[in-house]
Amino acid sequence: MFRVRDQLRALIDGSKTSQALVDACLARIARDDRGDDGIGAFLDVDDAGARAIAAASDARRATGQTRGPLDGVVVAVKDNLCQRGRPTTAGSRVLAGWRAPYDATCVARLRAAGAVVVGKTNLDEFGMGSSTERSAFFVAKNPWDRARTPGGSSGGAAAAVAAGFGGAGLGTDTGGSVRQPAAFCGVVGVKPTYGRVSRHGVVAFASSLDQVGVVADDVFGAALLLSAVAGVDPHDATTSTRPLPSLLGDDVGGAGVRGLRVGVPRGLWAEGGVEDVILRALDESCARLAADGAVIVDVALPHAAHAVATYYVLATAEASSNLSRYEGIRYGPRRGPPEGGGAELGALYEATRALFGAEVRRRILLGTFVLSAGFYDAYVAQAQRVRRRIALDFHDAFGAADVLLLPTTPTLPFRLGDKTSDPLAMYLGDLFTLPASLAGLPAASVPVGTTTAGGPTTLPLGLQLVGRPFDEPTLFRALRALAVDVTLPGDVT
Amino acid sequence: MAAGGDWETVVGLEVHVQLRTAQKLFSVAPVRFGQPPNVDIDAVDVGLPGALPVLNDEAVTLALRLGVALGCTVRATSRFARKHYFYPDSPKGYQITQADEPLLSDGHVVIDGADGPRAIPLVRAHLEEDAGKSVHDELGTRLDWNRAGTPLLEVVTQPALRGPDEAMRFFRALRSLAMAVAACDGNLQEGSMRADANVSVRRRGAPLGTRVELKNINSPRFLHDAVAHEARRQIALLSAGGTVTQETRLWDPDRGESRVMRTKEDAPDYRYLGDPDLPLLVIDEARLDDVKATLPELPAARRARYEALGIATGAAATLVDEPATTAFFEAALSAAGGAAASATRAKAVANWVVNEVLGLPEGLARVPPSALGRLVALVDEGAVAGRGAKDVLRALHDTDDADTGAVVDVDALVDARGLRLQQGGDVEARARAVVREVLDKSPAQVAQVKSGKDKIKGFLVGQSLKALGQGADPKQVQQLVDEELAKR
Repeated sequence: MFRVRDQLRALIDGSKTSQALVDACLARIARDDRGDDGIGAFLDVDDAGARAIAAASDARRATGQTRGPLDGVVVAVKDNLCQRGRPTTAGSRVLAGWRAPYDATCVARLRAAGAVVVGKTNLDEFGMGSSTERSAFFVAKNPWDRARTPGGSSGGAAAAVAAGFGGAGLGTDTGGSVRQPAAFCGVVGVKPTYGRVSRHGVVAFASSLDQVGVVADDVFGAALLLSAVAGVDPHDATTSTRPLPSLLGDDVGGAGVRGLRVGVPRGLWAEGGVEDVILRALDESCARLAADGAVIVDVALPHAAHAVATYYVLATAEASSNLSRYEGIRYGPRRGPPEGGGAELGALYEATRALFGAEVRRRILLGTFVLSAGFYDAYVAQAQRVRRRIALDFHDAFGAADVLLLPTTPTLPFRLGDKTSDPLAMYLGDLFTLPASLAGLPAASVPVGTTTAGGPTTLPLGLQLVGRPFDEPTLFRALRALAVDVTLPGDVT
Repeated sequence: MAAGGDWETVVGLEVHVQLRTAQKLFSVAPVRFGQPPNVDIDAVDVGLPGALPVLNDEAVTLALRLGVALGCTVRATSRFARKHYFYPDSPKGYQITQADEPLLSDGHVVIDGADGPRAIPLVRAHLEEDAGKSVHDELGTRLDWNRAGTPLLEVVTQPALRGPDEAMRFFRALRSLAMAVAACDGNLQEGSMRADANVSVRRRGAPLGTRVELKNINSPRFLHDAVAHEARRQIALLSAGGTVTQETRLWDPDRGESRVMRTKEDAPDYRYLGDPDLPLLVIDEARLDDVKATLPELPAARRARYEALGIATGAAATLVDEPATTAFFEAALSAAGGAAASATRAKAVANWVVNEVLGLPEGLARVPPSALGRLVALVDEGAVAGRGAKDVLRALHDTDDADTGAVVDVDALVDARGLRLQQGGDVEARARAVVREVLDKSPAQVAQVKSGKDKIKGFLVGQSLKALGQGADPKQVQQLVDEELAKR
């Protein structure tokens, strides 16, 4: 019932009001999300606010004044997106209790479209992590198997969709934080081209990489959400003025992928490290796309193998800068002497910044180190050069292909706790999502089936497509062909 | 030279010129002085999570105006960088500035050196945001971020200034230029221009000495004193066999001394990073042409033109120093019939503005320039005596006509006071008769003048004027006294 298309149908045919959808959603969250065994997808649920917005939506609909397809649809937003008057923690104790005084542009646009934001979803602290285990508050669990991670950092957003707490949500993707949890949770996750969606109101992690993305139960829902939030914003100088063309496709049931050139950069995983079940899914998907008329071609991304090292230099450098502002003076918990000054000021900084979790501290230290005098050229400047090479690789590849197909993740969703003691293993899991982030390209993960290869439970399989800059329409055209409807845990409970 | 002997003082300046924009450099909060604390702030200024800087284009325009006036090279593509340091009045933990690729480079400021005009070469000028303000008092430390994000253009000279006088002249010349192109309001009391001075001393001809940075000096006079004091301090140190430590010192103008802020050892590592929130700043030719086309006549050119009109060098310099003075002079000259009205017209108006109007409290604001122009024209034409005209000027200053915008009829004022000089044959004949009468009554004084005591002539002129009453032309009377004395 909580798929976007089901909500739309019910609202249009009048079988359900938005208020009824909200009530059902809240009941389900109360049943499945809370407590030690709960999914842990939400850091904050806004019962009263959601009901009020739903009531207003129902009133509009009663007079035929709906604001478009999303009016009355229940959604969720990641907790690093500012929502006026609501807690916005970015999963960090350093922002515990802070209520944003303004809406992020993407949240404002979602609300302007009539969508009902039911709550704020869990994440790795400041988006730094790939499992939502780095949330300062509690771990989020995978609705397919609660012993496993939903991925991260938008793990709460993806888990909420998979668990049926709403059909869609907003996340953010810096190095794969929308795509990887989408793959782990069997849902659709889209990171648009850098500059497509405003970052105004997005708690910054690495500004040159951060991009708002969408998570949805299907490609259609993702297209609706992305279309609602995309577009130039006077509050973000890095947004593009290019209008976003329709993502719903003029070729629904028509051209499909006939003639579309799908490039596969197999060299990227030639040295192994990718689970067989994922490579098999990739081969099967290639065969399926070819049968639909697509042309599968080999492409090379020779510098993409350096994406992990490049990313962890640049993202940590920017993170150390962006997180400088959390010193406990203007907002957030005050952890120092009340009248800090002189030596007391140092104590205030120290106590406040001790609120950061271990992974955030690790990245601040790394970033501070690489930006320091004498190290900048060897690390940051070099990483910037490699970043440009990676972007050029994509440019070349897009001479031979219209979209690129590759795994989203090298593994199935791993067990909670499996990688928390080995940050490098966790970082390497991002190998397939990082290149598109570094190149600023639109990329998405869609479910292509399920498997029991990982053990007794059924787990979803996801694959990734990468498009040309600002060519989301072609990306979505390919996504529609690639995606396979899977039954989500939330569909059957 | 203040430093004396064969020591030479070398100064390089970094002057922060506050650009007079309505809004901040990266936010839409207003830039105002003297507001209650934390009124003029928005999410960007206090670094709220998720707030992003968006460049204020007006600040770029003003920077370009000053940059072109300084003869700088304008970078077609410049970029912003983050300069990191922790301090409570720096809300983001970094200041947005320009590092490797500043908007402006090279250029120069011409100052009056000891041996004539001297061009002081600049290294660069870049855009950056100001910090907030920490107020330390008995209650502890309180923070006011109203100033945070105020747009500044930091103008950096080469170490080309020699001593406190040149440093002071540079500050004044830069201020004059910045005000002329309307880039800065030049208000020193409000901190619209603040200089950091890098000072070193050396034996003449020797390599540069170790420099000491003096921070946050907000007037040409303080800059002069701070540099002079620092040079003396360094020379004393070196003369006693000591060495100068590279450090940053804070000048206290009230105590006339400086104290150490930090030494080289604890100089911060600013960890510069290109700001990923701000796209490259691209300036195309059309924009630059537009800036050039809208620049007013610059002070140096205007001063040369004034001198060519017969205005003395000092007066011309004063007239071009501040736009308010320039505008007043231009309006007065125009009302006086323009420079072409007589050979002495421009000079007369200039002298009245510089010597009289500027000497009155708020003279520029209280005296209507058109009224002054008409008054000077009357004096220049011989219709009103200088002394009488000064009375009229006082009257103009004492009324609120400048405030109300009322048009002042200077001729009516002159006539009402009986100050219009009577001219023509009858007038001269009457005056000559009075002069003769005075000379007749004062044989002793006449004899003294004849014996060479020229000063006594003033007494005879004075007596004659007194007898003639208001409306007498002192020049004419002086001439008549001379003529009549010559006959005796």
